[in-house]
Formats: sequence, structure tokens, C-alpha cells
Amino acid sequence: MSAATTTPRRSRALNTLRDMAARPSGAIGLTLVTLHLVMALMSPWIAPFDYKEMNSALILGGPSAEHLLGTDHLGRDVFTRVLLGGREAFLVTGIATPIAMLWGGMLGVLLGLRGGWIDEAMMRLVDAFLALPGILPLLVLITVFGSGNEVLTPTLAFFFGIPVIRVARAAAHEVVARDFISAARARGHSPLSIVRHEILPNVTDTLLVEGAMRWSWMLLGFSALSFLGFGVAPPMADWGLMISDARVYMSLAPWGVLGPMIALSSLIIGINLSADALAKTLGLDQGRKAVV
Amino acid sequence: MANPPLIDIRGLCVGFRGRSGAMLPVLHGIDLQVCRGESIGIVGESGSGKSTLALAAMGYLKHGLQKISGEVIYDGADMFARSPSELAKIRGGQLGLIPQNSGQALTPTMRIGRQLDEALRLHCSLPEGAHSDRAIDLLTQVRLPDPAAILRRYPHELSGGQQQRVAIAMALAGEPDALLLDEPTTGLDVTTQAHILDLLRELARARNMAMVYVSHDLGVIARVCDRVQVLYAGETVLEGPVRAVLKSPDHPYARGLLASIPRLGDRSLPRALDGRPPAPGADRTGCVFAPRCALATDHCQTLHPPIITGEAGQATRCFYPEQTSEIDMTGSGAPLSCCAENSPLALSLNGVAIRYDRPGALARFMPARSRPPATVDDITLSLTLGETLGLVGESGSGKSTILKTIAGLLPPAEGTLTLGDGTALTPRVEQRRPDQLRRIQMVFQNPDESLNPRQSVANILGQPLRLYFGLKGRELRARAAELLETVRLGAHYLDRRPGQLSGGEKQRVAIARAFAATPEIVLCDEITSALDVSVQAAVLELLNDLKARHQSTFVFVSHDLTVVRALSDRVAVLYQGRLCEIGPAAAVYGAPSHPYTKVLLNAVLEPDPDHVPHLLTEDATELSPPACGCPFKHRCPVKIGRLCDTDTPPWQEATDGHAIRCHIPLQDLSKPDPV
Repeated sequence: MSAATTTPRRSRALNTLRDMAARPSGAIGLTLVTLHLVMALMSPWIAPFDYKEMNSALILGGPSAEHLLGTDHLGRDVFTRVLLGGREAFLVTGIATPIAMLWGGMLGVLLGLRGGWIDEAMMRLVDAFLALPGILPLLVLITVFGSGNEVLTPTLAFFFGIPVIRVARAAAHEVVARDFISAARARGHSPLSIVRHEILPNVTDTLLVEGAMRWSWMLLGFSALSFLGFGVAPPMADWGLMISDARVYMSLAPWGVLGPMIALSSLIIGINLSADALAKTLGLDQGRKAVV
Repeated sequence: MANPPLIDIRGLCVGFRGRSGAMLPVLHGIDLQVCRGESIGIVGESGSGKSTLALAAMGYLKHGLQKISGEVIYDGADMFARSPSELAKIRGGQLGLIPQNSGQALTPTMRIGRQLDEALRLHCSLPEGAHSDRAIDLLTQVRLPDPAAILRRYPHELSGGQQQRVAIAMALAGEPDALLLDEPTTGLDVTTQAHILDLLRELARARNMAMVYVSHDLGVIARVCDRVQVLYAGETVLEGPVRAVLKSPDHPYARGLLASIPRLGDRSLPRALDGRPPAPGADRTGCVFAPRCALATDHCQTLHPPIITGEAGQATRCFYPEQTSEIDMTGSGAPLSCCAENSPLALSLNGVAIRYDRPGALARFMPARSRPPATVDDITLSLTLGETLGLVGESGSGKSTILKTIAGLLPPAEGTLTLGDGTALTPRVEQRRPDQLRRIQMVFQNPDESLNPRQSVANILGQPLRLYFGLKGRELRARAAELLETVRLGAHYLDRRPGQLSGGEKQRVAIARAFAATPEIVLCDEITSALDVSVQAAVLELLNDLKARHQSTFVFVSHDLTVVRALSDRVAVLYQGRLCEIGPAAAVYGAPSHPYTKVLLNAVLEPDPDHVPHLLTEDATELSPPACGCPFKHRCPVKIGRLCDTDTPPWQEATDGHAIRCHIPLQDLSKPDPV
């Protein structure tokens, strides 16, 4: 039984990727994301310099054949630091995003199925959280608990899971109204069994696309924290931190800001384009429904 | 034809580009001519291209479709060659469209008056000041009571029939020369349908309009059309005068279609038409109907038949029109399985009342009098093992509500449910014991809704098998395959998903899922109304089979009196959640009968041009049941007076468990016209 269901599922994932790549947005997006992934994984071996090696003779040096993006205010190679600067962000958001999707998605689906006063109360709580500017509660928690990855990961997973509740609940609501849920209830299945067998397969598409979008938001959030000095600690290379450090010398050495900026924005654009292509491939954009 | 036709479609081919990039045609060289004052019916199964043809007559194609060849001439010029501004003038003006579901075609946030006014502003030649009078005039023409009040209402405040009338009034606002009607009465109650068709006939006659009437229902076509064109897989297979086509069609497909319609006069089951039409892009070298045709020869497989015009004016696409009369058009004669006499009780409902409204915190302190009457009230029924009880009534009569209550999805406000062994059936499904759950299974109306699109058939059938019997692995799969066999689908369906099945196949899977639990009681909620007639016949045959084999009790809900007649041992007639009449099927469909049953029976449309429905009363307009007296008092054609307004009518026992709830004595109800 399980063998019969996993085989088509694996090929379905491959098919989805292939269909995504066939769209212009998907082709560009997937290429950008793959490039960044390879860069993050391989950078310790391909980087031309050591990221913390300072060269006091070459402070704020311009681009040259040796230093492609010049050097920063401590004489470190900017190109090396750009290559390495996404690793922390990838690590933290790569763990936090699935956790956010998992807890937010499950809670949202359960609330959508359960309905009633508990659903109402929880949603008002979610509204209250969403009304706060996102960075504020993050800053409060980090000031209290410190800013290591072991604090950042669960904190990001918690705060970025809250909007997911709303999305998952809306998607579940649409499914709960259908007769196959009534049929399952009339047969006497438990709520958990209904969620697992009847609802989740119908909301995973929506949650996947939502997850991709959440990931890009979380990357931005992480970089913002680093920019403010609450994320990655120096001398580690991180895009947000690099922008923060280099902006003082922006008029003297613009490449110090431009390098990490382009790296960060190309990754965000890549994720957004991929999410867009994924939504189109899965048929989630209601605007243009294909015939047959 | 003396005049040139108003709508003249010649050799129209329409198709869409498939995933492979190839052009897949859905209409193959269709010819259609309609003159002023003529009404043409277009019939066919779903997917035959009939709606596409009707929309193409407006010069409109749905997204993704494109014209391959042919022309659509309206009033002398090709619709596809006209400029957008010309089209905008013609569409909704000279050429009106009445869609299937007017409830969705009307803007929900706009009052009827404003929507009508918009249509008048765009298409009416009268000065603006005369528009409001004209709007009232139009609503009077479509026989809506109190037009001034209707103008102020929103679409959701009208019944389905009233919405359809408003849609007709909007089409009439442009003083049309031709009307295109896309299944305008599908989904309406029998009485409403008969009224609307009557209205359309008279309007067409009075205004000398041309009508193109698209429907899957030959009974509707018989009522309103002069000529009929039968489409099969995007091709005209038969064209001719309605009388000739319905009495003795010259094409085997049309005969099969007629044979699959259940009829009031015929007690045997309708004959199913096996197989399904070819998909767009399939090979079409031979006759497209050959794979499903009883008369097909080798000749039919290799050559595409041309259209031959016979003596009676029928043009048929068949090599052997003279042999088609060999195909029997009456029911299959399959013996109806009947339940044994004096079998034990399976389920009884005692004084069940169901309410949808829940009293709020404040209402609990108010006197009970101010609550609206219950949606369903005073239902006392008993079902014996192996029996089929048909529940009939118009929409809103509470038939499905009663099923939901038996299934435990909607607890009753009053009354009790008792199982055959004397144990009480717990009202809420969550609190029922596993063996109680297993004994009652439900099949829903629309299989697209009741089957999870993300589960394979094996998984769908596996749900009850795992839950009730704890089956796993190979055992589970073997039992699922076995179940598929009982609904005449092979084991190769196990790994398909609902999206890969046809409507009839999906409903079979849904039925198999219900029978997976080996239930005692099967609740069927309008299970054939989303299916084509030919498929419906096959599903009815299957149910009859299962009934004989499993000795299960069925509760069969339908608005279609002929379908209920074909399958039920006993029939209960409901009006606004109250029982009017109950008894053996033959007795309920015979005399004496409740005035409401008589109204329903008289409104049934049969695919016979000689059959004229009698409209005894207005169609349903009130939406909630009256607080006192007989529920049917407002529409009853034979109401006797104050008594009906104030007193709930008593049950009058006739013979053999047949009972009628009416103030009029039984002997008067037996007369054909009890007035």
C-alpha cells in the first residue's frame, strides 16, 4: 500500500519541478536559488581568501583582479565574504521555515476543521500578533534571551508561523465545506484521521507555495536582525551585517554595500519567482484556469 | 423555408490546443439553421459540445477554444467577423442568452431593479423616463407576482424559479429576435420547470422569436421545440421534427438515449447505454457511435457515415436507419427486486423535528412562540429490512435534511431514532458506537464533492475498510478490488484518482465505498441527479442489483418522481419538511392521492410530444413552512377553506399502509379532479 503511494508521489515532485522549469519565471527562479544553494554549500572551498583575514595595506580598496569586489574597512576580501555571507541565513531559515509551516499549518487546519468559539478566539489572537510590526517582538525576545542561532531559529519559527495559521485555516475551510469531509464524519473517523487523510492532501499545495514565500520573508527578517546587530556576531560574514558595516563608507567604497545587497536580493527574487511558478504549476492561481 | 434563416451555422469546427500542441476539435462541422418563430432543441450527453455550439451562435467561445473553420451567420453577417462594438449591440439585444444557473448570472449585490435598468439602458430604444414602467411591464410578462416589490429585492431573496424569470425578463429587455437557452430549467423543481417552459413557449409564439434550446432532457425538448438536433461527440447524428425524432428516431444513439429515461407509466427499469463517447482528438475514421452501437458492422468501423435524409424528415448519420427500429426503446424489463413481506424492522423515526436555527443567548429568555416553525417537523417513519423507501419533494422540502439526521450529521431538535433491534440511535455521529456507525452509510449527490480528489480509488475504498474491519496491506487491496467488481469496475481502477474517472464511474466508486462497510441502511441523497440520463440508468440498474444481493435497506431521496418510481417499494411525499403522503409506490402514484402529490405527478415531463403536463397550481414561492394549519395551504388547488388554515390535517388510512394527510375525505381524493 505504502509502496504504491510513494512511487507516484516522488515522480509527481519531479514532474512539478520540470513543469516549473518550463515557465520563464520558474527557470530564472530555480536557477537563482540553485546557484545560491551551491554557493552556500561550496563557498569554504571556492572562496579565494579567508573571510577574517585582514589586510591593513588594503583598506577600502577598489575592485581588482585579485579582489573582485574590493576590500572592506578592515581590509577583508568582499567577494569572499559575499560568498560566505548567506550560510548562516540559509542554515537558520532553512530549519525555521519548515518548523513554522509545520506548527502553523497543523494548528490552522485543526482550527479550520473544529470551528466554533475556540477557532474565533485563536484567530483574534493571531490578529493581535499580526497587528504588531514584525520586528518588535523579535527584538524583545532577542534582548531577553540573547542572539545565538539556538535562540534565533525557534524565535523566527514561532513568529513566522503565526501568519501561516491564517492561510492554512482558510485553505482548510474550503475543504471542510465539501461532502467528502461529511462522508468521513458520517463514517466516524476521528478528527486527526480526517486531517491526515482528507484535509492535508488538499492543502499541501497551498502550504508549499506559502512556505516558499515565508522563507523569503524570513531571510529578509534574519538579514534585518543582522543589520541591526542582533543576528550574526562579527567577524562571521553575513549579508545584513556586511551592509550595516559598509554603509558608513558607501560613498568611498560602494561595492562593499552593493555586493551583499545583490546577493541577498537575487536570492529573494529567485525564491519569489520559484514560488510564483510553483503556484502556477499547481494551478493555485485562480486567474487563468487552463482548459481541460 | 421561405425566409432566410436568422441563425445560420455552416460547417462549424471548434477546438482547443492540447498539451501536446495538437488541435483537438470539440465540434465537427456542425450545421444549424433557425428561422424566426422556430425553436430548435439541441440534445446530447455532457461533453457532446451542445453548450459550446449555443455560445458559438453568439460569436463567443470559452477561454482556450478557437474556431477552426466554418461560419456563424446571424442576420446576414458572420458573427466572428463583426467588430466588438457591433457584437456588444447584438449580444443581449437582438440575441439574448439565458444561462443555466441564473442565481449565479445575477449580480448578488445589486437589486433586481438596477440590474434590469442596466439591461434597458444598453439595449432599449425607449427614453430613459419610461424605463421603470418598462421594467414592471417585463416582470409582469414573465408572470412574477408583485413586480414592484421584486424590483427592490436582491437576487438571494428570490427562489430559483423567480431568478430564472428575472433572467428571462432581462433577456427580453433588448427586444430579442432570437433567444439562446442553455439548460434554463435544469436544477429547478418539476412544477417550476413546467411553468417556465410554458412561459417560454408563449413568449416565443407572441414575439415570433427564434429559440435555440440546449438541454440534456428530452422531456424538456418535447415540450418546447419544433425541431431537434442530437449531438454526439461534437457531431450531429440526427436532426428532424420533434415528433418524429421522439416517436421513432432513426439513429441508434437517439433510441438508446430515449430508452435510458425512466418513465412514470413503465414499471421496469430504464435501459442503460453502456460505454462512453470518444475523447476529443480520438480516432474518428469510422462512425463515432460504433463502439457503443448494437447494430455496428465492420462497415461502420471503417467508414464515416454521411447524413441521409429519410422519409419522415429525419436526417440521420447512420448507414442502417431502417434497422434502428429493432432497438427496443422500452425499459429493460429487469425484474425489480422487492423486499420480502413482514421482514423485521430496520430503523424507525418517531416524531422527529429538525431545526437549523439555534436560539441565541437572548432568544432563550423569549417566549417559545416567537421561534419560527421547525424546518422538518413531525416525521414518523419506519423502515423494514431490505426495503427501499423513496423520499420525494421539491427543493427545500427537507428530504436531504432527514438523511443528514439519520446519518448523525444534524441532531434532531425533537423525537428519537430507533434501530431495528430496539436500541436508540445516538443523535450525534461523534457519540455513536462503531457498530452503529458501520450499519448506516450514506452516498452523496455529487461524486466530485464526495470523493477526495487527492486520494486514489484504493485509498478511498480503504478508509472504511481500515476503520471498520482493520484491514491492511494485501488483504485491504484485495477487498477493495472485490468491491470494485460489485459495482462493475475492474481492479485496474484502484490506482486512479477521481479526476481520471467519468461521472458515472465516480458515483460507482462512491457506492462501493458505502457498501465497503456492509451496511444495513444505505442513504442515497439524489445520487443520480448529477449524472447523464444514460449513466443514471446504469446506476439505477446497479442499485437494483445490490438491493437484491445485500438485502440492504435504502432510503432514496430524489426530486425526480420517475427515478423514485423506478426503484422504490414505498414512497413518502414531503412538502416543506412535513409528510403529506406515504405508502406502497403503486398506491402513492395511483389514486387516491394528496393534492400535492397530484400537482407533482401532473408536472412531470415525459419525452413524448403528446404528453402535456397539467399545471394545477403556481410554483413554489414561499420559503418557510407556515406556523399552523396544512403546510400546503397556500398552493393547494383544492383548498376547502378556513379549516386548512387553522388545523393540521389528520392522517387518513387507505388500504395497505397507504396514508394521506389531508382534510378532504379519501373518496373525494380518488376522483381525477377533486374540485
